[in-house]
Amino acid sequence: MIFWQLFYTFLKIGIFTFGGGYAMVALIQSEVVVENQWMTSQEFTDILAISQTTPGPIGINTATYTGYTAVVNAGYPAYMGVIGAFLASFSVILLPFMLMMIVTKVLMKHKDNQVLTDVFSTLRKVVIGLIAASALLLVSNENFGSPTESTFRFVLSLLIFVGVFVASYKFKKSPIMLILVCGLIGFLAYYKW
Amino acid sequence: MTKLYELFWTFFKIGAFTVGGGYAMIPLMERELVDRRKWMSKEEFLDTMSLAQSMPGVFAVNMATAVGYRTRMLVGAVVAVLGNVLMPILFILALAVFFRQFSDNQVVECIFMGIRPAVVALIAVPVFNMAKTAKISWSNFWIPVAAAMLIWLLGVSPVIIILVAALGGFVYGKVKRRREVGK
Repeated sequence: MIFWQLFYTFLKIGIFTFGGGYAMVALIQSEVVVENQWMTSQEFTDILAISQTTPGPIGINTATYTGYTAVVNAGYPAYMGVIGAFLASFSVILLPFMLMMIVTKVLMKHKDNQVLTDVFSTLRKVVIGLIAASALLLVSNENFGSPTESTFRFVLSLLIFVGVFVASYKFKKSPIMLILVCGLIGFLAYYKW
Repeated sequence: MTKLYELFWTFFKIGAFTVGGGYAMIPLMERELVDRRKWMSKEEFLDTMSLAQSMPGVFAVNMATAVGYRTRMLVGAVVAVLGNVLMPILFILALAVFFRQFSDNQVVECIFMGIRPAVVALIAVPVFNMAKTAKISWSNFWIPVAAAMLIWLLGVSPVIIILVAALGGFVYGKVKRRREVGK
């Protein structure tokens, strides 16, 4: 039953996400694309593009969208997909929500906890690797085009990749603007008039 | 007493009007929660923020949970979280249904062919930004690299990596402190 799997999978994603939205993206990718194969790597990349350009936390946006897509890809009608979307967001929030309340309650009494600090300082380093792996997994023929089949697309993809990386990392350009510009480039370069 | 609709509306605005993920919400959160509503002091805000960052889950939702809970306990937490995620979920759903119909459209496909490499680059950027804040140096450089290689090349689940790292951090901290006491 897809809904039960969706619930369990996103429950797991929620509680194992440490270090922000991109860490969650890495986990969603591993569970949804690699483990359960609910969608292709290309579909997932498109979902990421939309999740980054629309309002709201990236983790919630990605969970909502993948919940919808997973159910519809499994052959269910769109309204079941809507249920899947709500279910995925709900499950991804549930455990952290409970944990956060407990910790807030405890910390309103006593502050600072050495064990937590130790654990989190290591986790933060590992999460960087998690996100790096998720970027590496997305470097595929689906997303870049294959160098033998279409050299033009492959070279342009590399240029876009390097350009966006520099613009975002060095010049702190907004991701939304970059995605919109690249969408325009894609349209101009690939559309057959 | 903090009114529930104020809690809802404040987090609704924070969720609906920030694009680019949880951390983009910080300036708006500070203005709304500290300056405008005065639900917490600047110090409390910073403490809550570091807590929301270190707990599992989505940062913005964790913030909403903590602030809601501090002001109105469980009901406040639920209302704040709902306010925070309602608009993003509805917005994404509308787009999901919309794009499903146009996924075969040639224009949409061309646009996304340009966007896909950009998305990969945008995921690579936080790797380098976070390396700075997590104090990555030559001596601990191997940790993120090993994690990335295990996942990418050997297909190890990130969940296992997280569990091992949490345990490793716990043991390492204990050993380090014992040595410091020994000296």
